[in-house]
Amino acid sequence: MVDITSLEKKFQERIDSEIKIEPKDWMPDAYRKTLIRQISQHAHSEIVGMLPEGNWITRAPSLRRKVALLAKIQDEAGHGLYLYSACETLGVEREDLIDQLHSGKAKYSSIFNYPSTTWADIGAIGWLVDGAAIMNQVMLCRTSYGPYSRAMVRICKEESFHQRQGYEILLTLSRGSEEQKAMLQDAVNRWWWPSLMMFGPNDKDSTHSAQSMKWKIKRKSNDELRQQFVDITVGQAKVLGITLPDPDLKWNEERGHYDFGEIDWEEFWNVVKGNGPCNRERMAARKKAAAEGQWVKDAAIAYAEKQRKRKTETSRVA
Amino acid sequence: MKNWPLWEIFIRSKQGLHHKHVGSLHAADEKMAIENARDVYTRRNEGISIWVVESKYIHASSPDESDSLFDPANDKVYRHPTFYNLPDELEHI
Repeated sequence: MVDITSLEKKFQERIDSEIKIEPKDWMPDAYRKTLIRQISQHAHSEIVGMLPEGNWITRAPSLRRKVALLAKIQDEAGHGLYLYSACETLGVEREDLIDQLHSGKAKYSSIFNYPSTTWADIGAIGWLVDGAAIMNQVMLCRTSYGPYSRAMVRICKEESFHQRQGYEILLTLSRGSEEQKAMLQDAVNRWWWPSLMMFGPNDKDSTHSAQSMKWKIKRKSNDELRQQFVDITVGQAKVLGITLPDPDLKWNEERGHYDFGEIDWEEFWNVVKGNGPCNRERMAARKKAAAEGQWVKDAAIAYAEKQRKRKTETSRVA
Repeated sequence: MKNWPLWEIFIRSKQGLHHKHVGSLHAADEKMAIENARDVYTRRNEGISIWVVESKYIHASSPDESDSLFDPANDKVYRHPTFYNLPDELEHI
């Protein structure tokens, strides 16, 4: 009989010596489950993340902005697909993952439940939301599960264009009219705190963190990543000539980091639970797309089967 | 209705190199698999050639048996050039 404890010990030794885990390797059930939850949640976020940006494709202010936004949104679809593909190596079906998203069983990043009400929001999403996502994703390039890590490397290579295009939009507004400057400041005011929430609860309140760090699925804690994000973003805000909406934000010489104010955790949990400004709208859009696209999927399968049949028939005659 | 099958995707990044596994995707048939692979895996000129194979046709060795599977190569140091003792003054060999 195989001894689970010794398998688990061996598994942890591989993790500790930085050997990646590959799909067919033995792994504890809880490791597999954690990965399926995290990777699918990550994939869903990429897919749902297309919705707030898609809102502005037809209203982009120039053709240059429009092609860039289209390319970025297409990348997000690609990122979702890399991640679903990585997740499927763990023995789950794509359709089941998508059903879990639509039934509300699986979560996605709460940031996409906020509305994109002005063009400046598209800039703020690229700068702050993608910026925060990059912090997390750079860390995940070194995650212990091989397929997840490889997907992350591809994603990170593509993400930096997203952040730069967002920042360029904001930079242009910052050199524009008073009205444009006000629109820029307003977008940053609305996106700043939700972006800080993207890193998740404080370490002391994060249920999965300790085990995920031990398995090296995560390599840095929520609070570490959040601090890193604040530290690099403050300087970038100065270049834009804007104020970040936090009166407690100031350099702490002793810590060598910026101090910042307390996040409104009540708002955070409220949006996670489905009561954000756009939760219902986002899910309705996803379900509508799935339902209305079903006939295309069915027709493609029927066509493929007919073609295959025809091919075997002609080869038989010949 | 049936779901689209899963395909493994291999990309040759440039002439002279092997096709390399990059991931998987779902498609109704091989033609759609190649077109989708182009859109998913080569948006920035990462490839000049694509192979697609339905995942169910890939057979893999088992990691549990990798010790015994690769064992035959372990004790054959004489397959490596450094196994052979030759004088230092010898050149071009």
